[in-house]
Amino acid sequence: MAPPDTRVRDRDRASPEGPRGNGPTDGGNAGAGRRGGSPGRVSRLHRWDAKWSPYAFIAPFFLFFAVFGLFPLLYTGWASLHSVSLHNPTQMEWAGWHNYSRLLEDEFFWNALRNTFTIGVLSTVPQLLMALGLAHLLNYRLRGSTFFRVAMLTPYATSVAAATLVFAMLFGRDYGMINWVLELVGIDHVDWENGTWTSQIAVSSIVIWRWTGYNTLIYLAAMQAIPGDLYESAALDGASRWQQFRHVTIPALKPTILFTIIVSTIGATQLFGEPLLFGGSQTGGGSHQFQTLGLYLYEQGWFNFHLGRASAIAWAMFLILILIGLINWLIGRRLQKSH
Amino acid sequence: MVLQSTPARAKSKAERAEAAPGGTGAPRPRTGRKRGAGRQLHGGKVTYAVLVLFSLGSLLPLVWTAIAASRDNQRLAETPPPLWFGSNLGSNLMTAWNDANMGKALLNTVVVAGTIAVTTVLFATLAGYAFAKLRFRAKNLLLLVVIGTMMVPPQLSVVPLFMAVAELEWTNQLQAVILPMLVSAFGVFFMRQYLAGALPMELIEAARVDGAHSLRVVWHVVFPVARPAMAVLGMLTFVMAWNEFFWPIIALTQDNPTVQVALTGLGRGYIPDQSVIMAGALLGTLPLLIAFAIFGKQIVGGIMQGAIKG
Repeated sequence: MAPPDTRVRDRDRASPEGPRGNGPTDGGNAGAGRRGGSPGRVSRLHRWDAKWSPYAFIAPFFLFFAVFGLFPLLYTGWASLHSVSLHNPTQMEWAGWHNYSRLLEDEFFWNALRNTFTIGVLSTVPQLLMALGLAHLLNYRLRGSTFFRVAMLTPYATSVAAATLVFAMLFGRDYGMINWVLELVGIDHVDWENGTWTSQIAVSSIVIWRWTGYNTLIYLAAMQAIPGDLYESAALDGASRWQQFRHVTIPALKPTILFTIIVSTIGATQLFGEPLLFGGSQTGGGSHQFQTLGLYLYEQGWFNFHLGRASAIAWAMFLILILIGLINWLIGRRLQKSH
Repeated sequence: MVLQSTPARAKSKAERAEAAPGGTGAPRPRTGRKRGAGRQLHGGKVTYAVLVLFSLGSLLPLVWTAIAASRDNQRLAETPPPLWFGSNLGSNLMTAWNDANMGKALLNTVVVAGTIAVTTVLFATLAGYAFAKLRFRAKNLLLLVVIGTMMVPPQLSVVPLFMAVAELEWTNQLQAVILPMLVSAFGVFFMRQYLAGALPMELIEAARVDGAHSLRVVWHVVFPVARPAMAVLGMLTFVMAWNEFFWPIIALTQDNPTVQVALTGLGRGYIPDQSVIMAGALLGTLPLLIAFAIFGKQIVGGIMQGAIKG
């Protein structure tokens, strides 16, 4: 549509006027002149309006973020250096780095970190690979394509809580649907919840079920934005469909793939509701076999009453996310250079 | 168009898994676009089979939820598991509604998610318009900050929020879960992307020439243009707020729950009847499923639209 040329024109006109002129200066003059009122005052008002209204428009977001995002973030850092009890949260006692050093010595922290990582890999990798394949299929001309898209997005509308309750039943040891099907094909029934790998696979499957459709749509959107002539020239060069997929589709999708990896990684790091409700408790299984970092934080803060320790875990999670973000960024830059 | 002839090509192993034997005839002019990989190619039988399989995989757990909710606890503790509907749906729904507090939870969640959706859309449209069309100092830097805030996990604000709520004695009150969620960085970014493309500068200029001040411009020019995106963002935000989990289970209890809190109570053995738990899960999801059945196409379009420039 219009944007490219309007933007150029806008910039051309506005630049000599400096940052204050936003177009409305001349607009205001024209309007005032035509009406023949007091041009000076109207244009001054207009200039003031044009200068400050953008800030007024973005202010609500930044105000709310400052109060409910930034301040808590910093305060959590501050609280992590204190000993704080859940029963008396205003009473803070300086503890230095004790919460952090204790964290590093706690085997359950490392256990939770390990579980978060393995469940993250188990849920993200198959999810994104399937989404890529499904997006490729949905990109064909299909009858009922809207139905397929809506159907695959439906799990996204199902809440963590509802989905997990249902999957906990499906994965039930004695009467679960999945074990029943496995037995039909001759596999002995599996004690999903009590095994380490089996429980992590079960928890991952909930994540996969809920998010594959969403990622499929993201990939599909990106695929539809790939210019068709890229495929035409590839076909002229004799590339097969598979080769076209590998050498045209995948490279063009690189930024999108990176984006979905980042989003999924953030989600995986925060994983909380699925393991909580799959086992029905904050321990994440009898031997903590699927306790994630989020669950560990919840247990420390709201069941062991150590809010200071919970804050330290929150900051540890934040640092891990920053680290992952950095790695992603480096990989992204590498890919862009090599491309 | 060359692509149309390719399906006739001999198939490799990998191809067979996904390739379409179709591709007959010219693409209907209705689609009229040259972009997109297989756009011109018809999906083959394998394509349909795979898509049907995955659609079933997406829908069947929900169907089974309804089946389990229509049975009784005893039947769910037998093999084989029930594969068709029983007759207990009504009584289980009633039990979930009354004993598990689902009625109150649903009402609370409508209030919470509705408020959050309205304010998010309003503030996101204002900010998105400013970022897309207005000039001001440090604009790009501020936009970067908005995007950066999406990286901050909710766990980082839980402890201070909990302290504040305890101090204000807001535990169990809905404003405790509404206030922290009134704006969303994703929303700002979403509206910016939409308005950058959909709102021509000329419209804004024309309104200004007529002497409109900035709020009038927003009301008479920006909102009408932004309406489709506002609707999509509203629905996406509603879904997100409806499913918000971590903070509500800390700030609220079973006395005044949202749907997710009530379901968590069910999952923790609040009521040990599996069929009632499934009825609760069904009740807590049904409103969104109905919304999906009606607006599914728009929601799909919205997610795809938001993705392109993301």
